Amino acid sequence: MLGYSMDFSLMQRVFPFFVEAALVTIEITVLALILGLAAAALAAAAKMSRSAIPRAIGTLYVSLFRGTPCLIQLFVLYFGGPQIGINLDPFAAGVIGLGLNIGAYMAESIRGALVAVDRGQAEAARTIGFSRFQTLRKVVLPQAARLMIRPLGVNTVALLKGSALVSTISVVELTYTAQRFIGSTYKPFEIFGVAALLYMIMVYAVARIVDLLDKRFAIV
Amino acid sequence: MSLRPPMVEVRGARKSFGAVEVLKGIDLSVERGQIVAIIGPSGSGKSTLLRSINHLESLNGGEVWLDGVQVNQPLHGQAFERHINKVRQQMGMVFQHFNLFPHLTVIENITMGPVILKGMPKAEARALALALLSKVGLADKIDAYPSRLSGGQKQRVAIARALAMQPKVMLFDEATSALDPELVDEVNAVMKQLAAEHMTMLIVTHEMRFAGEVADRVLFMDGGVVVEEGPPADIFRAPQKERTRTFLKKYLSA
Repeated sequence: MLGYSMDFSLMQRVFPFFVEAALVTIEITVLALILGLAAAALAAAAKMSRSAIPRAIGTLYVSLFRGTPCLIQLFVLYFGGPQIGINLDPFAAGVIGLGLNIGAYMAESIRGALVAVDRGQAEAARTIGFSRFQTLRKVVLPQAARLMIRPLGVNTVALLKGSALVSTISVVELTYTAQRFIGSTYKPFEIFGVAALLYMIMVYAVARIVDLLDKRFAIV
Repeated sequence: MSLRPPMVEVRGARKSFGAVEVLKGIDLSVERGQIVAIIGPSGSGKSTLLRSINHLESLNGGEVWLDGVQVNQPLHGQAFERHINKVRQQMGMVFQHFNLFPHLTVIENITMGPVILKGMPKAEARALALALLSKVGLADKIDAYPSRLSGGQKQRVAIARALAMQPKVMLFDEATSALDPELVDEVNAVMKQLAAEHMTMLIVTHEMRFAGEVADRVLFMDGGVVVEEGPPADIFRAPQKERTRTFLKKYLSA
């Protein structure tokens, strides 16, 4: 290991291909994030419902997707789907699988933030005469928004890194592209190193965006 | 005898939390412009009684009436929701921990209710808020966020916020208990001013001196029942019940 000289020119040559593949990773992450947030909002609302049936459905969804490996969820969807008549191309299966998976985690982030807003806030709004919905929209959500930014940011970073899993169902994204280059170069250290570097840059970008949002939503 | 119904009437109020019965059949009648102070040890049920009047706690038995309208009507679902939202607009409530909305400025805290719930034009709501803030001595704080205010200032804004809905009655739930002693007076002064304007008020408090000064009637509660009630002079100087005497002795010697 000592004395090994890294093949920097190889790294330079593959870099443009990897950047293109990273764009696919970003695309998958963004689409899965949108789906995940929607699923999470529904699941959080269901879990906080006053009726038992939505609560049970929300709880089942969250425990199912948090209680099993994301990889297995992708396999069930992509390989198992056709058996029950769901034929998805790899990209769609990847987005849906990742989105539903991260949605379960995000549901808890959203619920946690809503629960963390002091109960006196809702009580004060209700005593003025605001309805449940007005209280949620005008008083609780604006305060919860700030509390959920960090946890949702952590979920998004997990989603971004977890998107590498869709390489196993042959979505041509960053990790899949890296694996493809191994066969022709036999230099996994350099190849995966470049992939890791690109993941790091993307994670850093997400962290910066979260910082900005956090400032934007700060309560004076 | 007036033909108008009492402003607030509670009949046979019962409330349990699990196996613990915190209200064991309370009757209470408050006339227009009357000020009733509710005193008693922690856990006596006085806050629960006040919260039940506003339906923040729903009673297990009994009735609450506001100006001839039953607050806890036996309605269900959306029908009850609509009813209670209307009734609550007519009752102002002030909490121990102020509960100002931290994401809104002082003036936004106050105008929000009238604008959204009563459809008051923004300019009118603003003028109303300014008048109320002057009244509580905080006209210079209109654009401040609650985090910039002292506890006493927060509570005065909270009172202005409740008054902005032009309520028929004001409920104070230990409004000065969370304040530093030197900030208590500024809040008490505002409450005394309301008293002078004949606002109907129910005041849950630990401050016997203030209760004595401002209340027309004092209720002493313990163990979920009203042990004794009467004019402050009677309750504080010549309590009839042993339980009232021991409670007051502790307070007045402190």
